Amino acid sequence: MSLLSLIFGQKQKTASIAKERLQLIIARERGSSSAPDFLPALQQELVAVISKYVRVNPEDIKVQLEKQDNYEVLEVNIVLPEQRP
Amino acid sequence: MTRIVVVTSGKGGVGKTTTSAAFSSGLALRGKKTAVIDFDVGLRNLDLIMGCERRVVYDFVNVIHGEANLTQALIKDKHCDNLFVLPASQTRDKDALTEEGVEKVLKDMADMGFDYIVCDSPAGIEHGAVMALTFADEAVIVTNPEVSSVRDSDRILGILQSKSRRAREGREAVKEHLVVTRYSPKRAAEGEMLSHGDVQEILRIPVLGVIPESEIVLQASNQGTPAIHMEGSDVAQAYEDVVARFLGEERPLRFVDYEKPGLLKRLFGGK
Repeated sequence: MSLLSLIFGQKQKTASIAKERLQLIIARERGSSSAPDFLPALQQELVAVISKYVRVNPEDIKVQLEKQDNYEVLEVNIVLPEQRP
Repeated sequence: MTRIVVVTSGKGGVGKTTTSAAFSSGLALRGKKTAVIDFDVGLRNLDLIMGCERRVVYDFVNVIHGEANLTQALIKDKHCDNLFVLPASQTRDKDALTEEGVEKVLKDMADMGFDYIVCDSPAGIEHGAVMALTFADEAVIVTNPEVSSVRDSDRILGILQSKSRRAREGREAVKEHLVVTRYSPKRAAEGEMLSHGDVQEILRIPVLGVIPESEIVLQASNQGTPAIHMEGSDVAQAYEDVVARFLGEERPLRFVDYEKPGLLKRLFGGK
């Protein structure tokens, strides 16, 4: 440990950086591992079907799977553009 | 009742085979009739670590295909009377391990009166690793205090919780144990290495043991002697503790604290 770092306070130890990074990435991977792989494909196909009838932006369709106790809820959220008179 | 224990990790090179060899030897030293099976088809190494590589005639895949029976294929360990090694096939494709085939061999071994069957898993999350954990009652997760190893261990825990028979049949979950290997108390104390407490906190499974980083492990593998037989070494004692805790004894963790050398020690050296 150099004199300077003693005076100006120690740099964060690498082990604690490792721990923080691991906690973040593992929390994310645990959450996503339960989601089935077909969600992105489902989202794309929904966009394609709905676009036949209404003009929507791909971002306006959101598909997500949520877990509530023993149930899984597939939530499809479609924001339709405002109707012009 | 036979208990099936998988030794797994996700990542390679963290000490699965070293741990499988020491752990199964430790169980046998405690009087348990034990078998240890190498699931790493194509990359067999347990035989070398156990020191029985020249006595391999038949292997796991031969038994699955009915080309040899278990009594022909099981190799009696040279250190322990009630320990037997079932080597992996070196030449076959890894798909030679079918779920039905593995199940039948394990069942036949249970009928032979084994107390414990230790399954030494290959690295990765592919077929061989899944076969090794499918029938497990308990799992020993071998992890190095290092980011990629911890992440891969979490991944293999997820697979254990979804693909094991116990999980698929909705039975009581596979009992999980953490063994932290290649641990350096000094580096952990200095904040350069994840501590065993950090690893446990991230993976959220109970610690069965901490094995210190040691040159003894290489010396043991050089001569084909499981590390638990390296008398007087910290590694051997740490593995003895692992086995004792696994069998229900309470033992405090050893070789995890670092004491700064005092002035005299620094002046006069010594270990």
